[in-house]
Amino acid sequence: MPSEAPAQGGPVLRLSGITKRFGALVANDGIDLDLARGEVLALLGENGAGKTTLMNILFGHYSADSGAVEVMGKTLPPGQPGAALRAGVGMVHQHFTLADNLTALDNILLGTEPLWKPGLGRGAARARVVALSRDFGLAVDPGAMVADLSVGERQRVEILKALYRDARILILDEPTAVLTPQETDALFETLRRAVALGLSVIFISHKLHEVMAIASRVLVLRHGRLVGAVTTTDTDRHKLAEMMVGAEITPPAPSRATPGAPLLVLDRVSGPGLRDVSLSLRAGQITGLAGVSGNGQGALADLLSGLATPTAGRFEIAGNPPGAWSPRAAIAAGIGRIPEDRHRTGTIADFSLTENAILETYADAPVSRSGWMDWTHARQRAEGIIAQYDVRCPGPQTRIRLLSGGNMQKLILGRVLGENPRVILANQPVRGLDIGAVTYVQNQLLAARDAGAAILLISEDLDEILTLSDVIHVISAGRLSPAFPRGTMKPADLGQWMAGHGFGDHGNEEDRKTGQGDKGQGGSNAA
Amino acid sequence: MRLEAIADPTLARSLGLPALALVATVLVGAFLAMLAGADPLQTFGLIVKGAAGSKFALLETLNRATPLIFTGLAVAVAFRARLWNIGAEAQLYAGALATVLIGTKLALPGAALIPLMGLGALVAGGLVLLGPVLLKTRLGVDEVVTTLLFNFIMLLLISLLLEGPLKDPMGMGWPKSEPIPRDARLPRLVEGLRLHWGFGLALVSAVAVWVIQTRTTLGYEIRAVGLNAQAARFAGIPVGAVLVKTALLSGGLAALAGYSEVAGLKGNLTLDLSPGFGYTGIVVAMLALLNPLGVVVSAIFVAGIFVGADGMSRAAEVPTYIADILLATALLFMVLAILLTKFRVRRG
Repeated sequence: MPSEAPAQGGPVLRLSGITKRFGALVANDGIDLDLARGEVLALLGENGAGKTTLMNILFGHYSADSGAVEVMGKTLPPGQPGAALRAGVGMVHQHFTLADNLTALDNILLGTEPLWKPGLGRGAARARVVALSRDFGLAVDPGAMVADLSVGERQRVEILKALYRDARILILDEPTAVLTPQETDALFETLRRAVALGLSVIFISHKLHEVMAIASRVLVLRHGRLVGAVTTTDTDRHKLAEMMVGAEITPPAPSRATPGAPLLVLDRVSGPGLRDVSLSLRAGQITGLAGVSGNGQGALADLLSGLATPTAGRFEIAGNPPGAWSPRAAIAAGIGRIPEDRHRTGTIADFSLTENAILETYADAPVSRSGWMDWTHARQRAEGIIAQYDVRCPGPQTRIRLLSGGNMQKLILGRVLGENPRVILANQPVRGLDIGAVTYVQNQLLAARDAGAAILLISEDLDEILTLSDVIHVISAGRLSPAFPRGTMKPADLGQWMAGHGFGDHGNEEDRKTGQGDKGQGGSNAA
Repeated sequence: MRLEAIADPTLARSLGLPALALVATVLVGAFLAMLAGADPLQTFGLIVKGAAGSKFALLETLNRATPLIFTGLAVAVAFRARLWNIGAEAQLYAGALATVLIGTKLALPGAALIPLMGLGALVAGGLVLLGPVLLKTRLGVDEVVTTLLFNFIMLLLISLLLEGPLKDPMGMGWPKSEPIPRDARLPRLVEGLRLHWGFGLALVSAVAVWVIQTRTTLGYEIRAVGLNAQAARFAGIPVGAVLVKTALLSGGLAALAGYSEVAGLKGNLTLDLSPGFGYTGIVVAMLALLNPLGVVVSAIFVAGIFVGADGMSRAAEVPTYIADILLATALLFMVLAILLTKFRVRRG
């Protein structure tokens, strides 16, 4: 099906000449976009390329400095969030906007029914939701509590919410970030049905193979400008990546690891969010942790970070059980921690780069001596990191909130790696970074591995896990799969584990025959 | 209407808007003076004259500013760590109580009593805030509620003591304590002028707090905890211990207001020692944007409005309550100005 969409009449959505400035920054620079009936259009671009700004203008969250938004031939009034919704544009955000304590049906109806007519037309509404889920292949039990639904099911509820409001245009913002490969396939099936029924879809992503698999046309944004408009039949992943970055890119190609002694060992450890977890992090090896978000990755990271203590099981660092466990003890034990949320956990937004650079070592000489800070040393520390890790910033006194995510992450990386940690916890180290920064961070982790560090890499991006890891564990509902050496598992096999199959209570699935030599191209998604 | 964050406000914006807030305050005051049937220009002239028009007026303003500097610092220190200490009033009275107890019960020379009373006040104020903070760090009890309610507990406790064991037998039945000895009073800052060393101590405290915040490890910890406790905890900063230290510092500073009022001005403890200095300290600290050196300026400004309004109401027919209104208006406009330096208002 992916081919040039038939031009029946005019486009269903037309953005013309959209320009938006934030101070000196031009977030959108004269962007034109036409969306035809029944097509999937991918919007591709790095973080900060202007995708989100463009969608916020479409939805009236921002008003453009110039340019117009037309839906079905009618110009939308700028700056009115309701207008796009009423015109039939539905958006599925990356972070869901559902009420946990209501049923799926209630969430779908929320805001569509007048408050003073409770219950009226509920039966009909239910029938309509059931019909919609059948037509679009969105399997959801309307009576289920949202709190009990999986992430994939919640996303389906979000899509149903839009469809129930008669959306003719669906916008999905990074929809696959939280899905297993199987769930991604199911989502794509839904999108294909939707366009077959005459809907149009804008698919925002930076995952190239998914864009190639689902979209018919691709618009590439870079630095707020439209730098390319191609049909997927005329391009390939490599060309798209170059267009997106504006330069040749070489993904990291890790050499074989030479694993050493286990530096951190968990033996049947349980705790909040973890069940019977056994894990051994070896020197000179990257251990990848795959899994759908919210399945215990956070609990395991908290444990290694010193924020949580195990309630049962054996926990050893370099052969010894740690004493009183705390973040400071973890740092002292040589664990370098790259936290999942660099904005809220990894840095203090209103602190300068200098103040952020010493966040974990502020109490030690020479930065601090008998209670007094030596800001000269602190600034030197920051300047060293800025120079060595190529942090782009006006200077060490800049507040870190003004930096891009990539530069923020480079500072964290410098802060962590500068202490020569024996164990590194890298939790979503490249999430939300642009390709240049991704490559940089990944190469730094590989260098640390080759220098003998034991690394635990937690990521929701299966491609990243497959590319970088020497061994892979899958985490599901707080349980850990056995270790799979590099090249023994295909994405689809890992997807089975991610969905919770194979953890002992499902018979002999651990004996599943696995393919070999798969280099993690994520090819199974491109059905 | 929506708010749009401004990443890096210009200098014109961050200075111009607070200035505009002051102008708006003056306009509101002028309107009120007109309502009271007075000439607005004359009213403001009288306020300024009453606050700073003579050496006597100026010294009176500085005297009134002294406890406000202490309570303002107490609030600024605590708020910097996002510890919402609404209980400076209670800590002030704890400091005053400690001062009177040490000053009247220990038979020591004044030279020994003066530092001892100050030390006692510091400790007493810190301990009063320690309870609410431990409840917060251990059990998650909201310190806004506990510190606020402590104000009433402390006032009732003082009332109980002044009607009972601490009642001055020579006090003609008034609820007041015995006075501390003459030689235990804080000396005048300049001989012959009615300004005592409490003001000097307040200035020294402001500088000390500024040094603590910018130059010491504790100051770094306090700012980190206040700006982002989650990141601070992750980085290994002992958040609970930092809050306890902050509480001891904040409570101690507020208590020095009580010490300075008793040992420098009043000589004994009464129930009307503080006309709400603890609460006004919140206004002082907010107007100063929690900057310890700014607290000195804003405390003198606030004290000037009160003293000036007293003088003005004696001369013109405008009630002194205009001072409270001016202060409240100034705070509201200033909070709005601060908001508008950080956010831009957008239509739609």
